[in-house]
Amino acid sequence: MEPTPSSRTGRPNVGLFVTCLVDLFRPSVGFAAVKLMEDAGCAVDAPMTQTCCGQPAYNSGDRADTRAIAEATIAAFEGFDYVVAPSGSCAGMLKKHYPALFRGDAAWEERARAFSDKVHELTSFLVDVLGVRNVAAAVPGTATYHDSCSGLRELGVQRQPRALLASVDGLKLTEMAEADVCCGFGGTFCVKYSEISNAIVEKKTANIEAAGADMLLAGDLGCLMNVAGKLRRQGSATEVRHVAEVLAGMTDTPPIGGR
Amino acid sequence: MLITSPAFKQNAHEALADAQLQKAMGHVRSGFIDKRSHAVEALPEFDALRDSARAIKDHTLANLDLYLTAYEEKVLAAGGKVHWAETAAEARGIVLDICRMHDAKTVAKGKSMITEEIELNDFLEASGIRPVETDLGEYIIQLRGEHPSHIIAPAVHLNKEQVEADFRRVHTDLPPERDLSDPASLLGEARRVLRQKYFEADIGITGANFLVAETGSSIIVTNEGNGDLSQILPRVHVVIASIEKVVPTLEDAAQILRVLARSATGQEMSVYTTVSTGPRRPNDPDGPDEYHVILLDNGRSSMLGTEFQEMLRCIRCGACMNHCPVYHAVGGHAYGWVYPGPMGAVLTPSLIGVDKAGHLPNASTFCGRCESVCPMKIPLPKMMRHWREREWERGLNPTAARTGLKFWAWFARRPALYHLATWLAFPLLAVAGGRKRRFGFLPLAGGWVRHRDMPAPQGRTFMQQWRDRDALKQGSPL
Repeated sequence: MEPTPSSRTGRPNVGLFVTCLVDLFRPSVGFAAVKLMEDAGCAVDAPMTQTCCGQPAYNSGDRADTRAIAEATIAAFEGFDYVVAPSGSCAGMLKKHYPALFRGDAAWEERARAFSDKVHELTSFLVDVLGVRNVAAAVPGTATYHDSCSGLRELGVQRQPRALLASVDGLKLTEMAEADVCCGFGGTFCVKYSEISNAIVEKKTANIEAAGADMLLAGDLGCLMNVAGKLRRQGSATEVRHVAEVLAGMTDTPPIGGR
Repeated sequence: MLITSPAFKQNAHEALADAQLQKAMGHVRSGFIDKRSHAVEALPEFDALRDSARAIKDHTLANLDLYLTAYEEKVLAAGGKVHWAETAAEARGIVLDICRMHDAKTVAKGKSMITEEIELNDFLEASGIRPVETDLGEYIIQLRGEHPSHIIAPAVHLNKEQVEADFRRVHTDLPPERDLSDPASLLGEARRVLRQKYFEADIGITGANFLVAETGSSIIVTNEGNGDLSQILPRVHVVIASIEKVVPTLEDAAQILRVLARSATGQEMSVYTTVSTGPRRPNDPDGPDEYHVILLDNGRSSMLGTEFQEMLRCIRCGACMNHCPVYHAVGGHAYGWVYPGPMGAVLTPSLIGVDKAGHLPNASTFCGRCESVCPMKIPLPKMMRHWREREWERGLNPTAARTGLKFWAWFARRPALYHLATWLAFPLLAVAGGRKRRFGFLPLAGGWVRHRDMPAPQGRTFMQQWRDRDALKQGSPL
């Protein structure tokens, strides 16, 4: 797919859907995403009228609040050629669930569909839409990659981050067992059923440790905070970062949850 | 059976502390998943077969009344009898009538989840009739007074040492010094003990994987051959099946069989696929004198035409639970009723009420692995979310969770206030995180910090910094 150049700038006009977790906890991921897309020739902006994709309400069964948040999000990004999120989970919500949310609604169905057509997860946008093959980054060490569930199963994000990571100077990618199995985060699940969530993340950290990498990478901050929190509690030496930070070569910030 | 679904959290707590269970669940994690994946890789058209299997069931469900009526006519034509049961109690009553008519003392049972659903064993025992489970797993849990923890591997929660202890406890007529250390020796012993029971049984009861409208046949698949013996040796064969088991033709059943065993155990076919049509005919070498089918609704028809109709495509392969991280963690008994795992999380609220089973559709990370392996492409996470919507509408969620969510949503719907509040709060939280950049304790986040640290925010929010960058670019004062 060829990127659509915006008539105004001559460059693809990308709206960054920052995601609430990146906005609040790890802005460096947002800036890494901006750098990656600007390096690839995009004009990037992050509209101030965005907050969250609405998943906490959606997955709690609260359709009314979800609808209100979704309407505001769709309106916030109407002027962009693309909407890109550094999260498979949020991108999946915008791309797959918004159209379902407005199905049968004459006023909103078409708007939601037009919006969702423009939505992409960051690494998938870089590889599948912009055709990026190499990134200009050097990060020495070994990394293992966790496939976050929504990105993997709703959007098919699996080879794109790995392809880009393979182009990072000095970085060796090593696969862990069960990389495609849930980390146990699950949004509000991790606090509602914290004991079960803990049992699941313990299996994940055991697989991470067995892979013997210096770094755990993934494309979703929710999973990363969950896994980082568990690794730090277990006294592990493995550092945790969002894949965008490594691809952008922005690893001077301390890792998630510190060292 | 006592419904413990409302105590799911406590059940899960106990399951996580149960070392034997945790050891046994490790085998589910590796065994089933690899076998299914090899079977699927070996069949390039597997995904196309899933689509056609789904289409067959969707078509049947859209015309369920027609196919059930057609099926009934064919059963009658083959000399069988058909009994319609709206509720579990009606189905039990019909079974008892048949047993009384034949003065039955012992009933041999093939593996059947529907008889678990209607609690047939307890009922028969209370009526003075002895039910004998003939499937190895079912036999083991019957000895233990338990219920299945998995829909195709009822004793998957047990280790072989536990089974050995049960056999030594119950089979006291066998030499105590016998060697039972090898799983094959356990299987051999069960087979010898059970062989005699088939001949003692007056009535054989099986479930059905399919009912075929075209021929009036019922089909079961087993790996031990116990189902065949249960239905051929006794004088009377009773099939108990829920109404959504019907498919139009034998060809349709054959199509779905191609995805069933591969999804369940990774086999191309189960070892035995047995088609039964009516009682023994004059020239048949074997077969029962009477053939009864009990068609059970028990809540299914109320799912038709609702957002839960697609659940009726389920063919009970167990792939969803085999791939579920929550099921792996807590096992099947924690779900607190007959059907565990993702399919149980959708089906159980339909059958016993979401007020009792509300935890089940909530105890999911929505990782979507169940849907990705479901041979019938049932959108399990979507339907779990529909249950959460029903709970939200009825105000069944815990008050704290509701209030917290409404508070958050109030801000999320108001971007200006949301950014103002977060711009004030998160830099402070970052400072509180200190040089470690994480929290080991945090008020109102007990569920999180009990088990893991909470990474601290970096400092100013992205939107705050972005506004400043924009302002700088445009040369306006900050």
